Amino acid sequence: MRNPQLNGHGELQHLLSLDGLPKSVLTAILDTAEPFTEVAEREVKKLPLLRGKSVFNVFFENSTRTRTTFEIAAKRLSADVINLNVATSSTKKGETLLDTVDNLCAMQADMFVVRHESSGAPYLIADHLHNTARHHIHVVNAGDGRHAHPTQGLLDMFTIRHYKKEFHNLVVAIVGDVLHSRVARSQIAALTTLGVPEVRVIAPKTLLPTDVERMGVRVFHDMQAGLKDVDVVMMLRLQNERMNGALLPSPQEFFKVWGLTAEKLAEARADAIVMHPGPMNRGVEIDSAVADGGQAVILPQVTFGIAVRMAVMSMLAGS
Amino acid sequence: MQLPDAESMLHTLVEQMRPNMSANTALVGIHTGGVWLAERLHAALGLSQPLGCIDVSFYRDDYGSKGLHPQPQRSGIPFDVDGTPIVIVDDVLYTGRTTRAALNELFDYGRPSRVDLAVLVDRGGRELPITARYCAHLMTEPLDCAKNLQLERDDSGQLELRLIDA
Repeated sequence: MRNPQLNGHGELQHLLSLDGLPKSVLTAILDTAEPFTEVAEREVKKLPLLRGKSVFNVFFENSTRTRTTFEIAAKRLSADVINLNVATSSTKKGETLLDTVDNLCAMQADMFVVRHESSGAPYLIADHLHNTARHHIHVVNAGDGRHAHPTQGLLDMFTIRHYKKEFHNLVVAIVGDVLHSRVARSQIAALTTLGVPEVRVIAPKTLLPTDVERMGVRVFHDMQAGLKDVDVVMMLRLQNERMNGALLPSPQEFFKVWGLTAEKLAEARADAIVMHPGPMNRGVEIDSAVADGGQAVILPQVTFGIAVRMAVMSMLAGS
Repeated sequence: MQLPDAESMLHTLVEQMRPNMSANTALVGIHTGGVWLAERLHAALGLSQPLGCIDVSFYRDDYGSKGLHPQPQRSGIPFDVDGTPIVIVDDVLYTGRTTRAALNELFDYGRPSRVDLAVLVDRGGRELPITARYCAHLMTEPLDCAKNLQLERDDSGQLELRLIDA
C-alpha cells in the first residue's frame, strides 16, 4: 500500500502522523531541526527557503499556540502565511472540506497546515491532492481529533534528545488524560520508533483507551509507582472541553490523585525533566511549584517547536 | 591527475593573507572543508577574533529543484559582524554559488566593513561574478564537471584534496 506521507523517492511528502514513519525519517527531522534553533539568535531571524510560497493555516478547530508557532515558523522561512479560521467561516455556510481545499488550491496554495476535530481529515486532504495530481502541495497535520499531533510529538522528541542526548537508555512516563489525547498517541509512536526501551502511561482507567497496552506501553494506575526512577515525565492536559459524562469526580479531586506535585516528582530520577504540551491547567494536572521549577522544560519545548516546524516545512517544500 | 598538495597550498595562502590582516579581521569558514581550512588559517595567522562557521544549506539557490540539503550543520558567528572586516574561507571556488549563499547568510547577521574570499583552489567554471582575493592555486585545465573537488582531513589533521564522483 502507498504510504501517503512519503513520495516515490522515500522523501517526506506530507506529515500526517508519526505512526508509520521509519526511524530514519524521524531522526532526519530532528537532525534538520537542530541548525534551525540557531536562527532565533540572529539579528535577522529569516531564511529564504520558502520565499514565494503560500502556507495556509486551515484551522477547523480553535487553537492559538499551535497556529501561532506554525505561523512564526513559516514566516521565518519567508513564506506568505494566510490564517483561515474555518470554524467561523465557509463550513458554517455549508461548504465541504474538499471544496474548501479546492478553493484554496485555486489561490495557489503550496502548503496546508490543518487542524480538524475529526480524526483523519488531513489524510482525506492529502488523498484528494494525490487523486487530483497536485503533488506540489503539501499537508501538515496540526492535530486531528483524538488521532495525531505529529509536530508536537516531534518537538517533544527534540526536547528529550536535547536534554538526555540518547533515547535507548530512557524510562519515559506519560501522565494524565491519554484517552482524549492525540499528543499522547504521537508521543508513544515516536518514543517507540526511536528506541525508548520503557514507555509508561500513568492514568485512571477511565482516561485510558481500552487497547492501550497494544501500543507497547506499561500501564500504571498509581502515580508513585509509575514515576519511580523515570528520566522524563510528560504531562498531558486534562481535556476539559472534550469531557462528556462523568469520567472524573472534579478537577480538585483529579489534582489530589493525579496532579504532578514536587512530592510525587521526587519518585523520579533527580535529573528527570518535566514536559507539558500546553496550555497548562495549573492546580489540575500540574502544581505551579513543578511547572515553574528547575526540572520543567516547558518553555524550551515551545521554542524548540518553532525550529522543528521550520525543519518539517522546509523538508516538505523541497521534496 | 596530480592534484596540488593541500598542506603546501595552505602555507601559500597564509603568506598571501598575512600582510592584509588587521587587528579585528575575522574568518568565517564554510562547512565542511572551509571550516577545517579556516581553523588552520586562524591558528597560523594568530587572529584574536573567534572563528565563525557557516552552513549555506538554508541559502542555496538549488533548494527549489534539489530540496533541502541532508544533515545541515549549525552556523555560528561568535563575534559582532557590524563593522568587522571578514574573510570567507572555502576549500574550492567553482561556480560561485556557495559564496553567494554565504554572503547572503553573513548579511543576516549584520553589516561587515568588508568581505574577502580566501580559497585553496580556484577550479574555474564560474557562473556568478565572484572572485577570490586570496587563492593558493588556479587550475587552468577544466575539470570534469561530474567530479567534485573537495578537501578531506585525516585523523592527524592533515588536509588533502580529493577528486570524487559528484
